[in-house]
Formats: sequence, C-alpha cells, structure tokens
Amino acid sequence: MKKGVMRPGHVQIRVLDMDEAVKHYSDLLGLIEMDRDDQGRVYLKAWTEVDKFSVVLREADEPGMDFMAFKCLSEEVVDQLRGELAAFGCEIEDVPEGELKDCGRRVRFIAPTGHAFEIFATKKQTGKWGVGNHNPEAWPRGLEGMKATRFDHCLLYGPNLDETLNLFRDVLGFDLAEQVIAPDGKRVAQFLTVSTKAHDIAFIHHEEPGKFHHASFFLETWQDVLKAADLLSMTDTSIDIGPTRHGLTHGQTIYFFDPSGNRNEVFAGGDYHYPDHEPVTWDAEELGKAIFYHDRALNERFLSVLT
Amino acid sequence: MDSALPCLKKSDGGRPMGEFLQVTEQCSGQSFRCKSGQSVLKAMEQQGLKCVPVGCRGGGCGFCKVTVLSGQYSCGKMSRMHVPPEALAQDQVLACRIYPLTDLIIECRPQQPAARHTNEHTTTKAMR
Repeated sequence: MKKGVMRPGHVQIRVLDMDEAVKHYSDLLGLIEMDRDDQGRVYLKAWTEVDKFSVVLREADEPGMDFMAFKCLSEEVVDQLRGELAAFGCEIEDVPEGELKDCGRRVRFIAPTGHAFEIFATKKQTGKWGVGNHNPEAWPRGLEGMKATRFDHCLLYGPNLDETLNLFRDVLGFDLAEQVIAPDGKRVAQFLTVSTKAHDIAFIHHEEPGKFHHASFFLETWQDVLKAADLLSMTDTSIDIGPTRHGLTHGQTIYFFDPSGNRNEVFAGGDYHYPDHEPVTWDAEELGKAIFYHDRALNERFLSVLT
Repeated sequence: MDSALPCLKKSDGGRPMGEFLQVTEQCSGQSFRCKSGQSVLKAMEQQGLKCVPVGCRGGGCGFCKVTVLSGQYSCGKMSRMHVPPEALAQDQVLACRIYPLTDLIIECRPQQPAARHTNEHTTTKAMR
C-alpha cells in the first residue's frame, strides 16, 4: 500500500579524492554539478531530474555510502512516517533544514541492514536541466560522457533482510518486486519498488552490515550502454562486468568503479512492477543466470567487492 | 593533491619515467615488469597474471591487499578501513595504489574464500 513515499531523492557517497570523483561523475557519467557547500561537498544531478540534486559527494578517508534518501509527497507524510518508523523501532535522527543546501528537513533512520536512510519532502526544484517544462525540446545540448538521465536506485549489502522488507513494505509502502530464495527458503536478495520501476532499492544478504554495492543511473537504450562501455575504455576506467543483461529485472547493464572504488551501474530497459503483481522469484541455484543472464556464472568480484 | 604520495622508506631520488621495475610476488613465485608510475596491480593485470586478487582498482575495497617485503614505493589514497596507519606502518598496502620506485618483493597470502565471502547462499552452478 502506498504511504506517500515517491522516489529515490538523493544518495551521499564518500570519495577519497574530490577532484577525481567530480571528474568521474560529471565528465564520464554526465551528471551536472549544481552546487558545493562549506563542508566541501559537491552536489550533482542527472539532466531529467526536476529537483536540484540527487548525488552528493563527500571527501573522506574511507569510501562507501553515507545515506540514501527518498522523497515524500508532503511534510505531513514525513511526520506520519517518522512516527511509524519510531514505532517500528528504528533509531531516528532529525536532520535540520539546510544541512544539505536547498533541502528541507530530513528524517534519518537506520535500517536493519545497518544502512542510513532518509525521508524528506522539500527540495529546491530547478527543473530538467537545459530543457525546462514549457515546450521542452527532446534533450539538452552540452551533456557530457554517458549522459545519464537519472539516479535510479542503489543495491546495498547487509544482514536482516526479512526485517528490512517489513520496514520498507509495511512502514514506507514499498512492494517486493523480485527476490532470490535459497534452498532453505531464506530470501537472500530482495528488489523493492515504490513506483512502477523494477527497483528503487535492492538488498543482498551479507553478514557485515551497512555495505555499499552500487549506485545506478538510467540510460535510454542498449546502444547507450555500449557507448558507456566505450567511454570506460577510452578513459581507462575500472570495469567490473558488462555490457550484459541481468536476469533479475532484465535490464541491460554495465558495472564499473569510481576512482575511490565505489561501484556504479548504468543500465537501460528492464521490467516494471504494479502493486497487484506477485513478486518474481529466482532460485539461488540460478543466481549466476539471475545476475548475469548471458555468462550464467557469478564472478566473485561482483559478490564480494564492496565499499 | 598528488596522486602518488611518497610513503615509507626512503626514496632513491626518483627514476626516469618509462623505466621498468621488477615486481615479484613471493607466494606464487610470479614476477612481472612494472613501468615507473604504473600501479603494481595494473602491471600484473596487463601481463595476464593473477597472483593478487583484483577488486575495484581504486583503493576502496581492500581486495588486493599485499605486504611489501622489500623495495621502495610511493602510494596513492587508500581506504583507511582497509589500510589503517598501523597496517601502512607494516607495509600492508593495496596493490592498486602502490607505485614502485625500485624493484619490489611483495607477498599476497591467499585468503580463504570463506574469509571474504561468508554467504553460503551465493553459490551457483556453472552453466557452461
């Protein structure tokens, strides 16, 4: 049941070297630098996004994800969900308006996987970059690199998937779109959506809490994924795997690493989900095919390299 | 910020770029050439060797941790989680972020798969 959570709003990623990271996320991925703050954080967005930013980079001595946030319909929804998150037993922190530039107050909570998430309702809207919303052209000129169109989802690794599903489904109104089930019946991967997208957030079981697998950005076509791969080679960027297709969600994908070792994905296509759809289920014995539909075998790096 | 910070041991004053240095991994006995300014991991990968596991190649994941047993090198930024100061002091570093200044002998102890990868559910059968 929808609870007023709309979509992924932003992700804050830790990087070892800000200049290298900004070059990667702007020149290569094609995000647009929107702002910087007095902490040295850099704010970026993909061109189709209406809100001012969706990716925040913070320089630190250890890479990974600080938090991921979801945007809600209204401040009233945030108040309501804050109460429900507390009743669920989440540790909660109120982050004041302006802590992120041009963003309203956020309610931060820790999921049972150990990751920090936020909900918020207010962020400055600067409109789609370069086209606006009045007689808009098809796309703006002047985009760089892969020309990523939006920040789409994150995949995170951690324990307690059942409790995390309960939290996201019952408190925040996500649906379970797709899952991987082990022979003993344990769910070892879960792809959750709060929209009709194949996933807005995904989790894979991992004993160590709070690990970051990747942040993903949407491209329009398979040809764009191929050209993204070309750009990775042109820039000698570390590729993880691809271009290929996933079994899970059936998206067309390539994985690579930012200069601090955080994994990124760009993908196109993929399935959709409505609330009346049963979850799609993969058996863990087929995990190779579920993750890499063509290779049909896992590589250890994809499973265990995390930040 | 310089990508390669001099660290540990004394520099020999720098060698001209383009010179090849020899890197030997002690556990496997494998040896490969590394260009001055090139990371040890990249040199290994280019020569088709696998004596050090390859992860993110960005100093972030800790997959390619090695101990430098002898030789001088400079190093770039590495995750403090995987290379805290006490590890750095013992020459335990990430092969993707070290740049030889002299010939090196490194050691990469094979990790138990279970040590990195404890999830028994993530196995899959080979389909080919």
